[in-house]
Amino acid sequence: MDTLIHLLQSPWPWYVAGPIIGLMVPLMIWIGNRSFGISQNLEHLCAITQPKSVSVEFFTYDWRKHTWSLMFALGAVLGGFLAGIVFANPDPINLSIDALTMFAYWNVPIGEGFLPPVLFGFYWESIVIMFLGGILVGFGTRYASGCTSGHAITGLATMQPQSLLAVIGIFAGGLIAAHFITPHLFQ
Amino acid sequence: MRYLPYLITGTLFGFTMVKTEAASWYRIMEMFYFQSFHMYGIMMSAIITAVIGVQLMKRYYAGKASIEGTAMQIPSKGPGRYRFILGGLIFGLGWGVIGLCPGPIFALVGMGSIGALVALAGALHGTWLYGVLRNYLPQ
Repeated sequence: MDTLIHLLQSPWPWYVAGPIIGLMVPLMIWIGNRSFGISQNLEHLCAITQPKSVSVEFFTYDWRKHTWSLMFALGAVLGGFLAGIVFANPDPINLSIDALTMFAYWNVPIGEGFLPPVLFGFYWESIVIMFLGGILVGFGTRYASGCTSGHAITGLATMQPQSLLAVIGIFAGGLIAAHFITPHLFQ
Repeated sequence: MRYLPYLITGTLFGFTMVKTEAASWYRIMEMFYFQSFHMYGIMMSAIITAVIGVQLMKRYYAGKASIEGTAMQIPSKGPGRYRFILGGLIFGLGWGVIGLCPGPIFALVGMGSIGALVALAGALHGTWLYGVLRNYLPQ
């Protein structure tokens, strides 16, 4: 029992996590011909909350037909709760030496848990950054009809050229932001 | 009950994203600075597993029904060109700052992270903005 709890608490190496995530592609097809991906739920959440008086055409559809997708997202929330709260890793994140040196240089402390408190805490700067970043994530994933799960994993694995374009865009954008924007946020 | 398989798969997804720290801002920065193999290992082994899984299904299950009874096929991403590269670029610009893609956003909301909740609120506003502007954007 202790071994099991230890297994659930300790972080998982890439060769355990990668295959589990990859298996979700055939699994979702097997369950109901669904494409593995999560970002479409952002659209469904807008469709659910859109007031009748606004009615942007893009969000006027029967979101109930996508209940399966919303249930998947609800599961992701539940999984996060189980992994991060119930079976939380008691040790700090095990980053590479290069990364630790870089974060020290950036003035980003390595706290307990795996999120930097300077970005994920209740400070007005963090809230502005997380909100603006969130806007880009929401806008971009809907424009590209997919995110990391839908394009980089499902799309590439099913050999869709559109997904290769999206992955190139995602990685280019990420490199630009991580190298030219993010380091300046903590000065 | 019909949706239970999706709930279970989603739970495993969220659990894995947190356990492997793909939902960690630190890990995403480490990835964009090529300081660790961790994230690349996850992506590559996920893609290889998915390719093998999909090929096996094509071979042994082609034309057969899924659990829900619909005939099995690979869902397609739809037409367009610019939207994939530009949308990807915009998403990437956000990802490189907040270190969260949509999967981890949902998982971290489950962990009670304020930052993720704010990012989710931002993402919903971004989605709404896209819905308003989409007819003016190159496809």
